Amino acid sequence: MATVSFIALPLLVFFIVFYGFKKKINIYDEFLIGAKNGLSMTVKILPNIVGMLFAINILIKSNLIHDLFKFLQPFLENLGLSSDILPMCFLRSISGSSTLAIMSNIFKEYGPDSTMGLLASVIQGSSDTTLYVIALYYASVGINKNRYALSVGLFSDLCGIIVSFLLVYLFF
Amino acid sequence: MVNIIWGVFILVGIVYSLINGNIMEINNVILQSGKDGFNLIKEIAPLLVIWMGLMRIAETSGLIKRIAEIMTPILSKLFPKIPKGHESIGYIASNVAVNMAGLDSAATPFGLKAMEKLQELNTDKKRATTSMITFLVLNTAGVTLIPTTIISLRMMYGSENPTIVIPACLIATLSAQIGGLTLDYLIRRKNGNS
Repeated sequence: MATVSFIALPLLVFFIVFYGFKKKINIYDEFLIGAKNGLSMTVKILPNIVGMLFAINILIKSNLIHDLFKFLQPFLENLGLSSDILPMCFLRSISGSSTLAIMSNIFKEYGPDSTMGLLASVIQGSSDTTLYVIALYYASVGINKNRYALSVGLFSDLCGIIVSFLLVYLFF
Repeated sequence: MVNIIWGVFILVGIVYSLINGNIMEINNVILQSGKDGFNLIKEIAPLLVIWMGLMRIAETSGLIKRIAEIMTPILSKLFPKIPKGHESIGYIASNVAVNMAGLDSAATPFGLKAMEKLQELNTDKKRATTSMITFLVLNTAGVTLIPTTIISLRMMYGSENPTIVIPACLIATLSAQIGGLTLDYLIRRKNGNS
């Protein structure tokens, strides 16, 4: 199944270049124009990425989230889980790299095929990093009135996490 | 809302680490965090340069327009405010398709391009449109058919069946998607689509 992913990208590139040839446009000239836009877009999103990571890292390194969820431990133990899964639920919307790190730790400690490992996998797959996507996409076009995007995005993540728990308990 | 979250993360993080004696760690974060941001950009920038170039070819050759025309009947239900056959639909459709194939690194440039096109339709350039928000909701759920990173990590840690989580991941992410789009639809309807 993974091979599908490997073929998809070259095929996509092939098709774009082929289509450009067929329509007789100056493909390399056009490529350069677009590439230059890509570069200026990078500069435009840089402050946003640096700023977001700054705040997120301070929160994560303060250990607050981890400690906050410790009091739920006894309840989770009844379900055969450890509180290690909770920071993952909370951070899924905020930081993709830290949930990936938490998932790896869970795999190492409990094994990828344990209930904890399966749950971590499904939660990781249940959503993209909402805060990051919203901040990045808005910044790229200079929008600062975000309106209700974040609330809806977080609600969507919550749905994903609840369903992840249900699925792991029903099917594994 | 992002303004509040950003501030709260920093203030709460610093106060809590002062209480639990973790302040050394925060000291490092303040000094190092910029580097993390630049490293992330270092990974995104080459992809943006290449894909923005390729997408420019796709745009000038009319490919994006074609995709938009094909996808309009399907996506116009979600995006009632986008004119028929507008290029933004082409980029939205491409972004979703590339995301589904598990190629998230290639999906981001398509998404940024979609935002650029949606911004052209925007009258108040500082304020998000309903179409933008629907697109973000569509995007943040990140529906993926093959979650490649998760599978490769499961493999790395010696899972007996690394791909067993694929159906569950798909159902979970679809549920997130449906939940998000439903709420988005209800809010839009309440606001009369403006």
